[in-house]
Amino acid sequence: MTDRARMLRRRPLLALPLLTAALGAHAAAPAAPRRVVSLGGVVTEIVHALGADDRLVGVDQSSLHPPAARALPQVGYFRSFAVEGVLSLRPDLVLASDQAGPPHALQQLRAAGVAVVMVASAPEVPALEQSIDTVAAALALDADGLARARELRRQLDAATQPVAHASQPRVLILSSHTGRLQAAGEGSAPHALLTLAGGINAFTQPGYKAISAEAVAAARPDAILTSTLSIHAAGGVAAFAAQPGVAMTPAGRAQRVIVLDDLLLLGFGPRLPQALEQVRAGLFGAAAARPS
Amino acid sequence: MASPATPRRRRPGRAAVLAALGTALLVLALAAASNGAMRIPFSRLPALMFGAGTGAEDALWRNVLLQVRLPRVLLAIVVGTGLAVSGAAMQALFRNPLAEPGLIGVSLGGALGAVAAIVLGAPGLAVIAPSAFAGSLAATLLAYRLGGRSTGVAGVLLAGVAINALCAAVIGLFTWQANDAQLRSLTFWNLGSLAAASWPLVAALAPWVAALSLLLLRDWRAMNALLLGEREAQHLGFALAALRRRLVVLVALLVGPLVAVTGTIGFVGLVVPHLVRLTLGADHRALLPASLLVGAIALTLADWLARIVAVPSEVPIGIITSLVGGPFLLWLLARRGTA
Repeated sequence: MTDRARMLRRRPLLALPLLTAALGAHAAAPAAPRRVVSLGGVVTEIVHALGADDRLVGVDQSSLHPPAARALPQVGYFRSFAVEGVLSLRPDLVLASDQAGPPHALQQLRAAGVAVVMVASAPEVPALEQSIDTVAAALALDADGLARARELRRQLDAATQPVAHASQPRVLILSSHTGRLQAAGEGSAPHALLTLAGGINAFTQPGYKAISAEAVAAARPDAILTSTLSIHAAGGVAAFAAQPGVAMTPAGRAQRVIVLDDLLLLGFGPRLPQALEQVRAGLFGAAAARPS
Repeated sequence: MASPATPRRRRPGRAAVLAALGTALLVLALAAASNGAMRIPFSRLPALMFGAGTGAEDALWRNVLLQVRLPRVLLAIVVGTGLAVSGAAMQALFRNPLAEPGLIGVSLGGALGAVAAIVLGAPGLAVIAPSAFAGSLAATLLAYRLGGRSTGVAGVLLAGVAINALCAAVIGLFTWQANDAQLRSLTFWNLGSLAAASWPLVAALAPWVAALSLLLLRDWRAMNALLLGEREAQHLGFALAALRRRLVVLVALLVGPLVAVTGTIGFVGLVVPHLVRLTLGADHRALLPASLLVGAIALTLADWLARIVAVPSEVPIGIITSLVGGPFLLWLLARRGTA
């Protein structure tokens, strides 16, 4: 409950019209859920962005942001979560990514009387906006929360407006946690991020694929987009750019490497505006990063 | 016909051992059913089981107990039974202590079917399970057809090794083609889990496993004869080719659906018969039913651990069985080396 609502409750006579309006809104929706389990990293980020972290009583293994979420009880990975583990947290709402499962486990949750709400997960702006609305509605947010949801959508709209740039740099999205290079192609979250930022993906196959040093060189990217963990594994940006294959590309020679936090690069969640800002800054310079 | 290979040394009586194992299984199953992520007071269990609960928490507890936990414990018993008795039969047929159901392609064939369903088709057990069953039957049939030309069992064994290698390669191809979401599903399927447990599943699998296990048990004399050697068994009047066909078909039919439902659960089929052999001797009249019970005990225990060690999340059961089974196999090999 917000401070404003609390104040209104203390002085009911003064605020009678407002109070009845609030009651009317509450009568339409059931009581706001207080014990929420989130299954999916992006779902948890959305709950956080809407300011409802305090209602979370459990999350799945992929819920790494905000850091406070890592301290909550974990019910396993969202694609194979533990039914009894979720039930033991006594949730009144389970927010599940549409990739969560197995389906049988979701059925068991519903059979046990828990409200289960599925949240869209495709790495596309409409799906993300839809999932913000879904979570906001399921949480039965108060006025403050609804204002946050509106602001979040406004920021998303602003950040994802197409911007005309003089050039469209060719970019290779590379990760290498084990010394073997992997490229992200169509349909992946980083591909969607790069495309929205105004770059062209130099890797055209679908999904994440292993890529040889020779293929990296042949792709001739102007810049490389990678993650903090990959840089860490390589031993720094200079070492990353000096790898066989990478060193022969225009990006490697200029050490034009854009580094994003792993969750920001792979997530495609409510922090998309922040991710876009970082990618645009790397591609077109800091001035072009922020939309008007 | 008398048992041709009655052990000389005095062993504990067969009936006594089986009764003790049965009791142990019953106690363990009750313990496993009364314990899990959700804390349900022990004193409430009888009332919840028989529907007399009216307390505020009772509806939820009853649901967890009857719809989530009980089918799962029963599935562990059914799957453990089937895997262990099949393992014992395979070790007898191939006269090889390292034989297990997977040797004739049942497991990897099933995995291939499941992986193909995950990557090419829609996820969900309704698609994955039939595809996995078809895969395990096809792989076993192929191994049997190709290896069955030569007399004896070595041909089938080698063909099984080749088919397994082929399955692993095609699984690798599918894995390489899979997208991120599919890849995650593959990983979890390969680790094995009993989380798919439900009453309809238990009701379908239990009679199937029971019937096929009984059919395997009936061949204990032939398996004892095989202890002497393939030629000796034939001299004793056992038709080896027919026995080979029967055992391979029974094991494929028995293990195929189990793999299809739970994914690959390692080591139960390999290690349990050895455990039993070390304590009870190699007489299949005792070895087969005891393996069956110890298999049920082992998997019930493993799944119980899987459910409770990381509450409220779960550890894949394949990790637990292999974590215990791997060191056991190493110990077994070390013993064989020094013997």
